[in-house]
Amino acid sequence: MTTVSLSRIASARSGDKGRGSNVGILARSDAAYAFLKETLTEERVREHMSAINVGAVTRYTADNMRVLNFLLADSLGGGGSESLLTDAQGKTHGLAVLRMELEVPESVLQATPEPRR
Amino acid sequence: MVPTNDERRKVLIANGQGFWGDSILGPVRLVEEGPLDYLTLDYLAEVTMSIMQKLRSRDPSKGYATDFVTLIDRILPTLMERDVRVVANAGGVNPHACKDALLEVVAHHGLGGVRIAVVEGDDILGQLDELTDAGEAFVNMDTGRPFSEVRDRVTSANVYLGAFPIAEALDQGARIVITGRGTDPGLVLGPMIHEFGWSTGDFDLLAAGTVAGHIVECGAQCTGGNYTDWRSIDDLARIGYPIIDAGADGDFAVTKHEGTGGRVDVDTVTHQLAYEMGDPANYVTPDVIAAFTSFSLEQEGADRVKVSGVTGAPPTPTYKVSMAYSDGWKATGQLTIAGPDAGEKARLCAEIVWDRLRLDGVEFGPDERMVEIVGANTCHAGIAAAERADPSEVVLRMGVKGPDRAKVNRFGPELVPLVTSGPPGVTGFAGGRPKATEIIGFWPALVNKDRIETRVEIFDAPGT
Repeated sequence: MTTVSLSRIASARSGDKGRGSNVGILARSDAAYAFLKETLTEERVREHMSAINVGAVTRYTADNMRVLNFLLADSLGGGGSESLLTDAQGKTHGLAVLRMELEVPESVLQATPEPRR
Repeated sequence: MVPTNDERRKVLIANGQGFWGDSILGPVRLVEEGPLDYLTLDYLAEVTMSIMQKLRSRDPSKGYATDFVTLIDRILPTLMERDVRVVANAGGVNPHACKDALLEVVAHHGLGGVRIAVVEGDDILGQLDELTDAGEAFVNMDTGRPFSEVRDRVTSANVYLGAFPIAEALDQGARIVITGRGTDPGLVLGPMIHEFGWSTGDFDLLAAGTVAGHIVECGAQCTGGNYTDWRSIDDLARIGYPIIDAGADGDFAVTKHEGTGGRVDVDTVTHQLAYEMGDPANYVTPDVIAAFTSFSLEQEGADRVKVSGVTGAPPTPTYKVSMAYSDGWKATGQLTIAGPDAGEKARLCAEIVWDRLRLDGVEFGPDERMVEIVGANTCHAGIAAAERADPSEVVLRMGVKGPDRAKVNRFGPELVPLVTSGPPGVTGFAGGRPKATEIIGFWPALVNKDRIETRVEIFDAPGT
């Protein structure tokens, strides 16, 4: 096992959904997707984002795209024009989740291409 | 026999705007740098409707995307010459004002006979009482709260219409279709329904058009914009906006004009498919429930991704309604604070502001006030290492909100004095005193489809 940041094995896109945000996590390989489906739980993301999101976290999966989609229910300070926050639309929440540090098996790292530069 | 690519009837549908405020170069280059049949333009977001509502309340001739008129003024001759039709939700909360401004532009170019269609029926503000009497509860979809809490403060109410009225406008020969509130993917699905003759029961086909529309609705977000591995994207300055190469069988390709910047591959397209997603298995629109879990993505060539096998299910009997209501006041302001000890000084400054307000009998509750120290982990609070570092400078952003306008306005005058009566190194107050602006609340609800009537109105520009 090696400790890496989630960005090593996944990429992300996030945006607003009413009073909350969605964070789509895109696995960089089939092996990474299988691993993340097991380990990247609602609870884990809820804890990681707890200073930003005060609501529940719900996870959906889309195997055809290797996407784990997390809905953060209350992460925008009220959302829309109610919010006083800089990131009132959750545009940066994807990158926030990608900063998570994970213990990843060597086999998954070997099967997963590095981020493109 | 399966038709070859050359035999297959294809329609090129591009999206040139992802929101009101997107670059004008996107659509200009789409019509100038390659072939195109339809140019769609998506100007609306929930927050945009609120802004437009505010503009209309100040001036009855406003409340639509004025950028659209500026754009058409610039590209109209090219659109006519190349036979490109336009579908735009630029009407916002005032589509007829938008149409009037557009007719002036057409006249100015001396291009009589241009047919403009306005799709109507989304604005139900005037029918709210009637609809409530008929049994519509308008319970808040997100919070479950009753409509009575906000009814007397509602300032706009718009239904998300589907794609069929757009197709009907195109059937009637419109060259430019203006809508108010509709679904974003409907702008792309509408032309497909018109071109291929799809019907309301063709759920897989309607779902395919919906997926296509979702992929392009945020403009360059599917061609390499806002992409995680940003260093790998070439020439973002000249990024190409997306084009759907659509076929009658529902399969389509995502592409962009040759020679433009950015990239279209399975990864850039998947990034956008994950944007603003809820339950991927049930993407609900008024036309269909699309399964974003159904299709496959395949790199078909350079900057070309094929999407096939989309499935869909019958839609619900309701439309989504987006309402805006007046919900108090807010004010935000900022100062720049230079180091050493920038973060520590910024935190002190924030405390001083709250203390001075308290000295004058003004107190904001924890939910009514906000402090951000930009540069010391505002966006990734509680996560990034930046929180622990000592940045050379930070921006202190503060804000308050509440129902009392005078109280909210008491905040601004206590922010700027920190320059002379706080710690050293406080600057950047050029914006002056922050003032209270109105908060427009957003109230999502449902309404039964059979109580909503949509119309298409046709206007032919005078002359020949």
